[in-house]
Amino acid sequence: MNDTQNQRRSFLKTSLGVAAVAIAPGFLLFDVAHGHSEAVSAKVRWGMLINTESCADGCNDCVNACNKENGLSGGTLPTDSQWMRKIEIKDISGGHSLSLPMMCQHCEHPPCVDVCPTGASFKRADGIVLVDRHLCIGCRYCMMACPYKARSFVHEPLHDQNPDVPRGRGTVEACSMCVHRIDKGQQPACAEACSNKSILFGNLNDPDSEIAKKIRTVASAQVRSDLGLNPGIRYQGL
Amino acid sequence: MNLQSDQSAVLRTYSPVTCLQGIAGGSLRYDLVIRVLARVAMVLALLWLCIPAVWAAQTTPYKLDIGRGGECVKDPQWMRQNHMHLLKHQRDEVVHKGIRDDKISLKNCIECHASTKDDSVIARNDSFCVACHRYEAVKIDCFDCHSGTRKSAWLQRNAK
Repeated sequence: MNDTQNQRRSFLKTSLGVAAVAIAPGFLLFDVAHGHSEAVSAKVRWGMLINTESCADGCNDCVNACNKENGLSGGTLPTDSQWMRKIEIKDISGGHSLSLPMMCQHCEHPPCVDVCPTGASFKRADGIVLVDRHLCIGCRYCMMACPYKARSFVHEPLHDQNPDVPRGRGTVEACSMCVHRIDKGQQPACAEACSNKSILFGNLNDPDSEIAKKIRTVASAQVRSDLGLNPGIRYQGL
Repeated sequence: MNLQSDQSAVLRTYSPVTCLQGIAGGSLRYDLVIRVLARVAMVLALLWLCIPAVWAAQTTPYKLDIGRGGECVKDPQWMRQNHMHLLKHQRDEVVHKGIRDDKISLKNCIECHASTKDDSVIARNDSFCVACHRYEAVKIDCFDCHSGTRKSAWLQRNAK
């Protein structure tokens, strides 16, 4: 083998090496740059366990965090959007009172989805009940069907929405469990903001998740469980 | 006198040539000059009418602020014709299936194409979305719900 051939060989080897080094990060970073590239699956069911015993009376941290995250005005008029609200319940005979947050319960069999005439109200495979505002015609049947009064209708034109949370006049909306945050691997804003750690968020279908373990060990209840809707939000101490 | 000669007499009396002869003092030469001048004037007038059309064809109909720009997800001509199909396809993927492709998304369009002056694709007449859609008279309602502002700018404004 002569010298020229050797030189050519080493040149080709070097260039291949350089090309590999140049291309590799592109392949490795592809998934990072392209975000959530797989469809959500029913292997996951997102849910929350809310501890009413540690939820402080008069504390509104979760509601404020929800309003800020989703760009809600924070008004409580019948025409204002409220995705989450704090309610006080009192046992009249015993006198024991409780404070708890109420929002879309993300039912397994959501009545809002049953009644929607356009298919705008739907349940995502991972259990989150959402409104596709592209399809919503604003008829508000879902608001009437919901036993939790969880949905709101947008009456006025909106401006300067959060780029991650599109909202607009003429459509119905509700707690989305901060789906834009969940898809990024984050917690919903309310769960993150609760100073008493009263809201535990997680995957109900994963037996090793913190929420599934806790539901197995402590007594918890679903609101209006008699309706058989199997909500994904459970309350401890109710 | 027959009918034919009567008609020719009437024609002679009211023909334009006779009228022009009257105005130009009866001379045939003046008459010709005026006829030529009239034709030239008419041609010039027609040419003058064409000037705005030629001028409009040479300049772009709108001045577009493409923002930061750079390499798009497809080539610009393809995007001009098909961006709406991409957006509509990906919106269903995102909302119903949770497939969030960061590249082909309205947010990514805005990231590159929001104006460097006001971080928006809809704020002014020459903004990226507005300029074309106004020229083509196609009304879009994307921004009734979606933000037309670059995320980083929105975060800065709503930092408190």
